[in-house]
Amino acid sequence: MVPSDLRYTRDHEWVRLAGDEATVGITAFAAEQLGDIVFVELPAVGKSLAAAATFGVVESVKAVSDLFSPLSGEVTEVNPALAGQPELVNTDPFGAGWMLKLKVGASAELDELLDAPAYDKLIAEA
Amino acid sequence: MGVTGPRLQSTIFEKSHPGRGGGKIPHPPKDALDRLPAAARRAAPPALPELNELEVVRHYVNLSQLNFAIDTGFYPLGSCTMKFNPKVNEWAARLPGFASLHPLAPDSTAQGTLQILWELEEILAEISGMAAVSLQPAAGAQGELTGILMIRAYHRSRGDPDRQEVLVPDSSHGTNPATASMAGFKTITVRSAADGGVDVEAFRAALGPRTAAVMITNPSTLGLFESRIGELLDAVHAAGALAYMDGANLNAILGRFKPGEAGFDVMHINTHKTFSTPHGGGGPGAGPVGVGPRLVPFLPAPRVLRGEDGSYRLERPGERPTSIGRLRAFVGNTGVLVRAYAYLRAHGAEGLAEVSQDAVLAANYLKSRLVGTYDIPYGRPCKHEFVASAATIKRQTGIRTLDIAKRLIDYGFHPPTIYFPLIVEEGMLIEPTETEALETLDAFADALITIAREAATTPELVHEAPHTAPVRRLDEATAARQPNLRWRAMTGAETPCPD
Amino acid sequence: MPYGPHTPADRARMLEAIGVRSIDELFADIPATLRASRLDLPAGMPELELMAHLQGLAGRNSTDLASFLGAGAYRHYQPPAVDQLLLRGEWYTAYTPYQPEVSQGTLQSIYEYQSLLAELVGLDVVSASHYDGAAATAEAALMTCRATGRRRILISHAVHRHYRETLATYLSGGDLELDELPVVEAGPAAGTTDLAALEGLLADPARPVAGVIAGQPNFYGLLEPMAEIGRLAHAQGALFVAVIEPVSLAVLAPPGAYGADIAAGEGQSLGIPTQYGGPYLGILATTDALVRQIPGRLVGMTTDLDGQRAFVMTMRAREQDIRRERAASNICTNQALLALAASIYLATLGPHGLRDVAALGAARAAELEAALAAAGAERLHPGPYLNEFVVRVPDARAVHQRLLGRGILAGLVLADVEPDDQVLAVGLLVCATEVTTSGDIGRFATALQAELGGARWA
Repeated sequence: MVPSDLRYTRDHEWVRLAGDEATVGITAFAAEQLGDIVFVELPAVGKSLAAAATFGVVESVKAVSDLFSPLSGEVTEVNPALAGQPELVNTDPFGAGWMLKLKVGASAELDELLDAPAYDKLIAEA
Repeated sequence: MGVTGPRLQSTIFEKSHPGRGGGKIPHPPKDALDRLPAAARRAAPPALPELNELEVVRHYVNLSQLNFAIDTGFYPLGSCTMKFNPKVNEWAARLPGFASLHPLAPDSTAQGTLQILWELEEILAEISGMAAVSLQPAAGAQGELTGILMIRAYHRSRGDPDRQEVLVPDSSHGTNPATASMAGFKTITVRSAADGGVDVEAFRAALGPRTAAVMITNPSTLGLFESRIGELLDAVHAAGALAYMDGANLNAILGRFKPGEAGFDVMHINTHKTFSTPHGGGGPGAGPVGVGPRLVPFLPAPRVLRGEDGSYRLERPGERPTSIGRLRAFVGNTGVLVRAYAYLRAHGAEGLAEVSQDAVLAANYLKSRLVGTYDIPYGRPCKHEFVASAATIKRQTGIRTLDIAKRLIDYGFHPPTIYFPLIVEEGMLIEPTETEALETLDAFADALITIAREAATTPELVHEAPHTAPVRRLDEATAARQPNLRWRAMTGAETPCPD
Repeated sequence: MPYGPHTPADRARMLEAIGVRSIDELFADIPATLRASRLDLPAGMPELELMAHLQGLAGRNSTDLASFLGAGAYRHYQPPAVDQLLLRGEWYTAYTPYQPEVSQGTLQSIYEYQSLLAELVGLDVVSASHYDGAAATAEAALMTCRATGRRRILISHAVHRHYRETLATYLSGGDLELDELPVVEAGPAAGTTDLAALEGLLADPARPVAGVIAGQPNFYGLLEPMAEIGRLAHAQGALFVAVIEPVSLAVLAPPGAYGADIAAGEGQSLGIPTQYGGPYLGILATTDALVRQIPGRLVGMTTDLDGQRAFVMTMRAREQDIRRERAASNICTNQALLALAASIYLATLGPHGLRDVAALGAARAAELEAALAAAGAERLHPGPYLNEFVVRVPDARAVHQRLLGRGILAGLVLADVEPDDQVLAVGLLVCATEVTTSGDIGRFATALQAELGGARWA
C-alpha cells in the first residue's frame, strides 16, 4: 500500500499538499523500476510549472526518465540533498527523497490526480 | 612467481618513480625557453608519471591481457560487426608513404593517398548505389550529422525551411534521434509493426509538409530486411521529404541491395563494421556518406577531385559555396580509410558478395541452433544478425539476459549486445559474422544451451557470473553517484626538471 | 573470400540445418524490384599482389622532404614502444568496453588517459576522446551554449580556419550565432586576438555571449593574452574555451592556470602519425562545475562485488544510446586507440622528456627564425611564439612551389588557407620541432636566399 495521504499521477509522481505548499517526489514503484538512481536534474527555484509539464529528469545507471509536475505552481525549493545523495530517492522515496516544493493556487487540478487506492490499482496492473 | 594469468594492474601513476626514464630526446639548450614571456610559462612541470621503458611496456602489455578482443575469441556483439581485422591492413596503413604524409601536403606530393581516397569514393558509390561519397566523417554518428545537415541545406535551398521534423522508428540506434536534435530538428518516433518491421501505415500518418527526413536502418536493428521499404520510400518522397539510411548493417546486403538504387537519398557507412577496420577499443572509425544526385552540391568540403590528366587534388577554400562546410580539421580518418581500401581491393565484387552471404548464413545457422532453447521473437530468415530472448527463461527461473551474458564470459565468449533494440524484452542481439568457423559457432550455441540448463538447475551459478574474469560485476551506481574520473594523488607532486 | 573459413561442405551443413536449399532463399525477403544491379568492381587481389599495389601507391606520395609544415598537425619523434604496443590485438581488435569484466585493460587505459591529460591541461575532467581538435572545439562551443542558456559564440580569427569552419557547420544545426574576433593588425600585438574588439562584442546586452574561443599558441604560432581574454569573457558571464596543443603545455601555462572553463585541442602531436589528417585525437577537458555538460564517454574508478578496484564507463545516461533525442551530443565511436597512443607516449617520455620535446622545438624554431632572417625572410609578427611563426616572402606561392622542386616543403602558403587576407598574402607559416635538423634548416635558408635574389650573401 502506498501512503494514503498523498495523491499520485499516472506517471508515478506523488504530491503532498499542505496549505498552498505542494511537495513532489516519485513513488517507490517508480524508483524500483528505474533501479539505482544516480542523478536527479531539478528546475531552478522560481520557475513556474504547468500541470503535467516536465520539471526534470531522473537518471539510473542505464536509463533516463522525465519527471512531470502533478500540479501547476511556482518552484519554491528543490531538495538540496539529492545533488550529493541521489540514492535517497531509492531508499526513502516518500520522505527524504522528495524532489521539489511548489507554491500552488486553489484549483481543481488535485481532483485529476489518483488517490492511494486508485494508484495501488494502477501499479498492480502494470 | 608462477603467476601466468592476466593480473590487475596498479595505475601508471602508482608505478611512477621520480628520476626514471629519459634518454629519448637530446637535451635542449638551457636558454631554449628564455625568450618566452614569464606570464605565458608553466610554473611547474605537469605531474606525469616517471617510468623506465620496460615498466611502461609491461604496464600496457599486462593491461592488454585484461581485454577480450576479436584476436582472443568469438565476439558476437550484434550491430557492431566484430569480424576478423586482416593484418595486411595494419601493415598497409603503416607504410611510411601513407603514415608520414602531412594533411596539408601539397597535392602534387600526395598523389598516392589522393588516388586511394578517390578510388574508395568510387567503390563505395558503386556498392551503395549513390551518386557521390564524402569520406570526411570520422565515425557513423558524424556521418549521420553530415547527412542530416545536407538534408537541411537541401530543403532551405528550395525555399522550404518549415520542414522541422525527422521521423525514426522506435527500434533505431540512439544516434539517429540524437543526430536529428543536433541538427536542429524535432524527432518523431514511430512505433514498429508487430513483425518488427517499419509500420508503413504509421509512417504515412506521421509524414507531412513538416517532415524533413525519415531515418531508417536497413536491414533493421533486429537483423531483418525491411521488405516494405519500397512503399515507404515512395511515401516519403511523395511527402516532399528525403530518406536517410543508417548503413550500420550494410555488411548483410553487399551486392544484393543498393540503397541509392532503391531510392534512399543519403546514407552513411561504418568502415569499422562492414569493411573490417579495427574498432580500437571504441574508436577510431570512419563514417563515409553517400548521396543521391539531389544532395551532391551540399557534400562537405573539401572533396577529392580528379583532373582530365588523371591527377588528383583537393577542393580549394570556397570552391563550392553550396557545401555544408567542414566536419573536422582535415580530409578524413585517412589511416582508417587506407585499411578499408585494402579490404575492398582484396575482396573485389565476388568476395564482397560472399561476405554478406556467409554472414547471413552464419546468423541463420546459429539462430536455428537456439530455437527451442531461447525465444526467437522474429522467426523469418534474418540477415547478418538476429534477436534471441530470455523472456521465457526469466519467467521460469528468474535468470535474466544480463546473467546469461555474464555467464558466457566463463565459457570464453564475449557476450552479444544485450537489451538492444529496446523493443524486445530480455533481448540479445547476436552477430556471428562471416569470419567465424563452424566449430566456433557450434561451441557458442552449445554454451548458450548449457547456460539455459544451468539457469534451471544451478541458477546461482549463472546469477553470480562471471567467475573467471579478472574482476566480478561492478558497482556502477557508486561510480555514477560519486564519479572518480581521474587519478589525483600525483597532482602537486611535480619534480622539477633535472637541468 | 580471402578471410572466410567455410568450405562447401560447411555451407551445405549450415543450409541443411537452417532448412533451406540455397543461400538465395535467405535473401528472398528483398523484393525483386529492389534487388541490386551487378556490383561493378575490380576483381579481388591475392595478398601478394595487394601488397605490391599498396606499396606502389604509398610510393607516389613524397614524404622524404625537408618539411617545415605544421599548421595543426605536427611531425614528432614517436617512441617505437608506442606503435609496437598499439599492434597488440587485445587493444586494437576490442570494441567499446560495454562488458567491463572483460575490458579492464581498455577501461583502465582510458581512465589513465583522462588523468594524464587532466594533469597536462590543469582541469578536472577529460572526456575519453573526440574525433579531432576541430570537432572537440565545436563540442566545447555547444557545451557553453547549454551551460549558459545563451546562443552566441565568439571565436578568434587567429584560431585555425578549419576549426572555425567546423564550428560554423556544427552551430548551423541549432541556428546558433557565430561571430569572429578580429586580430590586431599592427604593433607589438599584431596577429593576436584584439582585446578591445572582444570587449565591444561582449558588451551587446541584446546578444549575450555563451563562449569565447581563443587558441594558445594561435594559428600563426603566436602566444595570446589568455588570462586577459578569460577575464573579459567571465566579466560578461561568458565561458572561456582554450584551444590547446598538448606538447606545448609542458612549458606553457595550462588552461586551468589562466581560468579557462574548457580546453579543446588536437592530440595528434602525442605520438600519433600525421597520416594525412586522421585518425587523430580530439581532446576535451573541463571543470567539475561543467562535468554534466561534457559529451562523450567517461570512465570512472569503482569497485567490484569483492571490493576490488575496477573501472567502468560511467554517467552513461547522458549519452545518445540512452537519452536518444535529448542527448547532449550524438557521439558514439570515439578515438580510444589514439588516446591509448597518447598515454603510452606520455608515460614513455615522462614530464621531463615532454618538456625537452617542447623546449627543443622552441630552440630549433629560434634557429630557423635566425636562418630565414639572414636569408631575407623576416617574421611578419613581432610577438613571442613557441615553435611556429609566419615569415614575409613576396610571391610566397611561387617561391613555395619552386622550393618544393628542390625537396623542401617550406611550410604553409597562408594565401591558400586565407585567400581573402591581404596581410597574409605574403606569408609562409613555418614550424620546427625536435625532429627538425640543422641540416634541413640550412638547406631551406640557402634555397630561400637564392629565391629572394641572393641579396644577402654573407
